[in-house]
Amino acid sequence: MMWINLIGLVVIGLIVWWFWLYQTKSTEVRDGSIEVRVKDGVYQPANITVPANESVQLMFYREDATPCAETLLIPELEISETLVLNKRVMVTIPPKKAGRYPFHCQMQMYRGTLVIK
Amino acid sequence: MNSKTDSAKAHGCCSGGDKTSTANEAVDTKTQTRQVSSEAGEIQLNIQGASCASCVTKIETALKQVAGVTGAEMNFAQRTVLINGNASPSELVGAVEEAGYNATLANADSDEAAIEEKEQADWAYYKKLMRHMVIALSLGVPLMIYGLVTGEMSVNTTTERIVWLIIGLMTLGVMVFSGRHFYVGAWNSFKNHSANMDTLIALGTGTAWLYSMTVVFFPGYVPEMARHVYFEATAMIIGLINLGLALEIKARGKTSEAIKRLIGLQAKTARVIRDGDDIDIPIEDVLLNDLIRVRPGERISVDGVVVEGQTSIDESMLTGEPMPIEKRKDDEVVAGTINKSGSIVFRAERVGKDTALAQIINMVKRAQNSKPPIGRLADVISAYFVPVVMIIAVMSALAWLNFGPAPEVAFAIVSATTVLIIACPCALGLATPMSVMVGVGKAAEAGVLIRNGEALQSASKITTMVLDKTGTITEGAPKVTDVVIASDHNQDDVLSLAASLESGSEHPLAMAIVESAKETGVPIHSVTDFESIAGKGVAATLNSQRLLFGNEKLMKEKSIELHHYVDKAQRLAAEAKTPMYFAIDSKLVAVIAVADPIKSDSIDAINRLQHNGIRVVMLTGDNRMTAKAVARKAGIVDYVAEVMPEDKANKVLELQREGEIVGMTGDGINDAPALAHANVGFAIGTGTDVAIESADITLMRGSLHGLADAIAVSKATLRNIKQNLFGAFIYNVAGIPFAAGVFYPFLGLLLSPVIAGAAMAFSSLTVVTNANRLRLFKAKEH
Repeated sequence: MMWINLIGLVVIGLIVWWFWLYQTKSTEVRDGSIEVRVKDGVYQPANITVPANESVQLMFYREDATPCAETLLIPELEISETLVLNKRVMVTIPPKKAGRYPFHCQMQMYRGTLVIK
Repeated sequence: MNSKTDSAKAHGCCSGGDKTSTANEAVDTKTQTRQVSSEAGEIQLNIQGASCASCVTKIETALKQVAGVTGAEMNFAQRTVLINGNASPSELVGAVEEAGYNATLANADSDEAAIEEKEQADWAYYKKLMRHMVIALSLGVPLMIYGLVTGEMSVNTTTERIVWLIIGLMTLGVMVFSGRHFYVGAWNSFKNHSANMDTLIALGTGTAWLYSMTVVFFPGYVPEMARHVYFEATAMIIGLINLGLALEIKARGKTSEAIKRLIGLQAKTARVIRDGDDIDIPIEDVLLNDLIRVRPGERISVDGVVVEGQTSIDESMLTGEPMPIEKRKDDEVVAGTINKSGSIVFRAERVGKDTALAQIINMVKRAQNSKPPIGRLADVISAYFVPVVMIIAVMSALAWLNFGPAPEVAFAIVSATTVLIIACPCALGLATPMSVMVGVGKAAEAGVLIRNGEALQSASKITTMVLDKTGTITEGAPKVTDVVIASDHNQDDVLSLAASLESGSEHPLAMAIVESAKETGVPIHSVTDFESIAGKGVAATLNSQRLLFGNEKLMKEKSIELHHYVDKAQRLAAEAKTPMYFAIDSKLVAVIAVADPIKSDSIDAINRLQHNGIRVVMLTGDNRMTAKAVARKAGIVDYVAEVMPEDKANKVLELQREGEIVGMTGDGINDAPALAHANVGFAIGTGTDVAIESADITLMRGSLHGLADAIAVSKATLRNIKQNLFGAFIYNVAGIPFAAGVFYPFLGLLLSPVIAGAAMAFSSLTVVTNANRLRLFKAKEH
């Protein structure tokens, strides 16, 4: 029984580490634009690094028919965009100061972070 | 061209190529009609077939040769080109084609086409989910009935092992066919170090299936009492969640009805007069200054000014104003409204995304996606929700294994699965946005444009409404009522001189005097050294005479003797007229009174606000007597007269210090600081001149009923959000412990995973349905 409890605690520890503590890798934007695919429950890439004080374009391409995926929100930049299925939708990120700007769907099931530095 | 026979073909650089292709198709079929650009006069095209850098110059040169184009810049990396100027998209596409490439408008779907596409996609997805549901339930339901009837779902004999193995494999088939999207989504987000609803469903159903398969393959390793299989739970949960999602799509479709109605107001074609002929063209090809003919019963296609003819126009769809508005030469017409009686020709002044209708649609869309502060807590919770639920599931399994009755393993598996399945982050996430979507749309239908979620929430809390008098409570179009002569001048001379002085001012009172002079036919001269004394009056020189026009304050400041005319002025003021003094070379020559009638429904609307417990305060730069008279007529007890523009903001701040949540309504530029300081700033538009960006809430019609409507719809929306949030919180807060088996020691109750699946599937549906109830909301005019 002790082993089972120990395994349980390790699992809990792993959940905390994997979902909260792990530092995810970020994809850097080159040439001022990047394509973000919305497919199978995730944004790909979900973590995007953008240079500070430069305008960049995120080209969202939604292949996921789930209604959740339809709305893209970047609350801190006051951006909300409707992603049309199987269409590219361009979202222009204005030049911004360094910081972390999360983006997500209406229900926060699709999540990503825009890291400006 | 025949769009059906052509197909999109990208072709190599500099190779000439297929010119009958996507480009024209996109424009000609009218399915791609709107250019999305960030600034006025910008059009963006996507280019196909440009594969080397030399294409860039060729395309740019071709575009720059199109009449009206001031600049064209291509981004080769993105294969897009940004064009500045005033040219029709189809001409630009044609030019690119001439150069040998294909082009389509970037983000070029018209709103209407986009909605149609979305509906088709939703319908296809709905059917897919229903298919998944049928497959999953056709295995799950018989299994569940068998289990309920016989109570036998355990594995003891070899025959039972074989039968359950086959059923286990069938369940795997259901998981792959009907539940694939959950597992793929869960795995993808897991790789991204994030977790969502898919994670919970995949873990829950996966655990149940894996445990059941373990029982089938290695019954010896499982205590006899725990040799129970849960294939029915896996199949039922997948079926029910698919059903819930399908029904949610249906319900969601209804939440966007209001925006669909607005988009439907856009005309598709316009009858443009070119070279003396009337030709029908798609509205996206209408250029500025085009002359457009509109016959009775037709929709106005873009914003413009009437140049010929006379008619009445129904603007109710935009402003909520039921009476048709008379339009003649020089009057403005707005896209989306309907020409009722006459035939007119108007000149296009705002086209494409600049029309008031396009801006309204844009604003409503943005507002529908914004969140009021009340939803923030739910957002924070959603962010941590799924991993927390996973931890609770593990802890609950451990608790059952350590302290539970036999069979501990079976209880542990059931409780962990049920916890994972019942938790519903979606209901929490949907609670706020669904209500905002419906509420903002509902407001727009009543001619009330709410800028964002924050404005919506603040409007629901307003305790004091500050109203500007002129143009808000009153018509804002004053007329000269009395001219009391105080010297040896005759009335016409006084009017002529006063009008000459006032012709430089844009104040409504000044305009009334100029208007009166024009009507009387007296001459208006040009003046020099014009000076506007804010909040007090104006001065100027004419034939070396210094003319001064203004209120009592100004006259006293300039030490002008008013004699007994002060009494006369006060008597006029008591009749709700605004008396002004007119002096020449520091000597009083006349008192001119101007009156601005109260709007016909202002009294009713103010009464309605007060009836709803809102304190109404009137501010005016006018003198005390006039203010008092208007306030009394309008039923307002609190009023402040002779307020300087900057004092309006101070008054708002003072009310806020008293603890009031202040709404401020105004129409003039001088109200801007007060509008900005108020908790909610209301701007009164007239439908044709929508100051969308300037205020938190814009009333499309002049009526103050819009204020009460805005507050009522905000209150109803906030109430709806609270119900949703409360429901979603309670559901999760009560459901998760129940699923974990907290009540088992006291009541002997443990939730079945199937019930949890049903509850989860229908919890988000309930939220959407509750939000849809808002569609029935009606603002009462009493």
